[in-house]
Amino acid sequence: MPFDQLLQYALSGVTNGSIYAIVAIGFNIIYNTTGIINFAQGEFLMLGGMTAISLSAFMPLPLAILAAVIITSCIGALIDFFFIRRLKSPTVLNMIIVTIGLSIVIREIALHVWDEKVRSLPYFTGNEVTSINLLGAYISPQVLWVLGISAVTVVFLGFFFKFTLTGRSMRACASNMTAARLCGINTGAMVTVSFMLSAAIGALAGCAISPITQTQYDCGTSLAIKGFTVAILGGLGNSTGAVIGGMVVGMLEAFSISVLPLAYKDAISIAILLLILFAKPSGLLGKKEAAGLKEF
Amino acid sequence: MRFKKHLPVAGLAAAIVIFQALTSLLGREYYLTQLTMAAYYCLVILGLTVLMGYAGQISMGHAAFFAMGGYTTAVLTTPDLSTSAHPLARLAIDLGLTVGDVNAFGDGVRHLSPWVSLAVAVLLTAGVAFLIGIPILKLKGHYLAMATLGFGIIVYRIVLGTALFGEADGISDLPPFGLAGGLTVSGDPGLRVQNYYIAAFLVVAGMVLLLNLIDSRVGRALRSIHGSEEAANAMGVDTSWYKLLIFVLSAVFACVAGVFLAHFNGGVGPSEAEVMKSVTYVAIVAVGGMANLWGALAMGMVLNYLSLRGYFGSYDELVFGGILIVIMLFFPEGLLGTENLKRLTGAAARLVRGKTAGGKHGIS
Repeated sequence: MPFDQLLQYALSGVTNGSIYAIVAIGFNIIYNTTGIINFAQGEFLMLGGMTAISLSAFMPLPLAILAAVIITSCIGALIDFFFIRRLKSPTVLNMIIVTIGLSIVIREIALHVWDEKVRSLPYFTGNEVTSINLLGAYISPQVLWVLGISAVTVVFLGFFFKFTLTGRSMRACASNMTAARLCGINTGAMVTVSFMLSAAIGALAGCAISPITQTQYDCGTSLAIKGFTVAILGGLGNSTGAVIGGMVVGMLEAFSISVLPLAYKDAISIAILLLILFAKPSGLLGKKEAAGLKEF
Repeated sequence: MRFKKHLPVAGLAAAIVIFQALTSLLGREYYLTQLTMAAYYCLVILGLTVLMGYAGQISMGHAAFFAMGGYTTAVLTTPDLSTSAHPLARLAIDLGLTVGDVNAFGDGVRHLSPWVSLAVAVLLTAGVAFLIGIPILKLKGHYLAMATLGFGIIVYRIVLGTALFGEADGISDLPPFGLAGGLTVSGDPGLRVQNYYIAAFLVVAGMVLLLNLIDSRVGRALRSIHGSEEAANAMGVDTSWYKLLIFVLSAVFACVAGVFLAHFNGGVGPSEAEVMKSVTYVAIVAVGGMANLWGALAMGMVLNYLSLRGYFGSYDELVFGGILIVIMLFFPEGLLGTENLKRLTGAAARLVRGKTAGGKHGIS
């Protein structure tokens, strides 16, 4: 394979991989504080994209995106307030079913609010035909936006969890909920914050990828499945793992297209993932006991 | 004891007959079509209930096993073998494995007998479930969910992207499945009642089989695995073997349902293998009360029937999602979980006692 073609595949792999990584990080934030895999995570991306598209008719693009992120994070808080808090001593399966139910409800409401048309945000800079030549490979400036936003998000989260009181409290909840409560941390509020944070990150990612991948009422499901895959591959709850897992899945997909028909793209990447999972059941960077805990 | 065990099954059989009689009397036999389909989907749900509720293993890929049944029979029985020069086709005709039929143009054709395709589908599904079960069932919790989900996605992508399986269009024009004694599984509206009873018979038979299974030595072993796998292992239960066994069994249930529904519908499409289908099955098991075959059957019939009849129109999925949330919020054990059952039977007992003791204070 010539170098420029190789680079082209690698770039598309990194772009998709960074989107998956963001979805996986959204999964991880909620998983860490609550032990829930939030199957409505993909719906946050869809809601963010859809809201921004509707709002961009009335206001400049950056403002519309900001508003969409804020609105989606409020929806995240409402989900925690109305549903997650109502669960009394739930099992993991209970919580999975509730979030699956929520994802169905959000998707169907979106269908009735917006309809089934495919929409997209305008390109942040340039348009469909603008491209930048990078060592022989051509990329759209929007790809740089996606990569930039992903990178900034990861760095921001790293600082947030390390240096802010809220972030540290959330990490305390992650390691031991009861102990955190005994230390005077309002664990309920931390769960709300984690839902808001992962909704906001999802919405931002949804806006960033909208010009490239289009937004539709049911586009969240496939992203959620990929994000879930990546989160498991990287080791649940591990953000570095999510980034590495995202890159692995993105690359596998990109290069599988070069040898096999496009229709089998998902099948190939997931088959390889399963093989990795069988060899190392806790995921690439997961703690060994994590795979044994949290049963149904 | 025996009586107590057989009573609910007899009740189910009676309910099946009464419903059919009612629809025929009222001239609403078309209700039976969706009910027949719902019954086949319930077979999948029953198999999954034993896997999830009793063995404690989640499978988010059961639609794949269902699709394997439907697609195997569709691929094997649709081609017309009478004009084929393929040695295998000739061999099948010589061995008497084919059935004659008349196609839409009135020409005589020969199809492979659906009995053969049923056998192939069951063997294939059992083999695949066995092979993927060995590594998959070593995983637990979210990782097991992910692995079974992954398997489901792979099967979905394969049926969606392969010309042999008709890609997005699926396969249509399946020949009718002639069972013994003139019984036929097909979408012919004249055979509605017959098909309803065939499906109902399969559900009752499956129910009896599973009820006996969970009441047996295997069932006790399964429950011990659900309680604590390590403890079961220490007690000498071959946990991985039992888990594999039940995984294969529930896959075969899904496969058989797929074969019959494909012949009933006269076609099969990739939507049967979709991830959302698998998720729906899991959700119905949880909502029915996990380790409760009756709850799963009841929820499966009601939810499938309502959604197949398009009762809520375009709000169908919204209602389904809403039901999931509401039941999990207010009945975390499922609608017919043991606690709720106790509460219900307790309330019923109080009601009856109040009526006999209080006389006029009872609810009139």
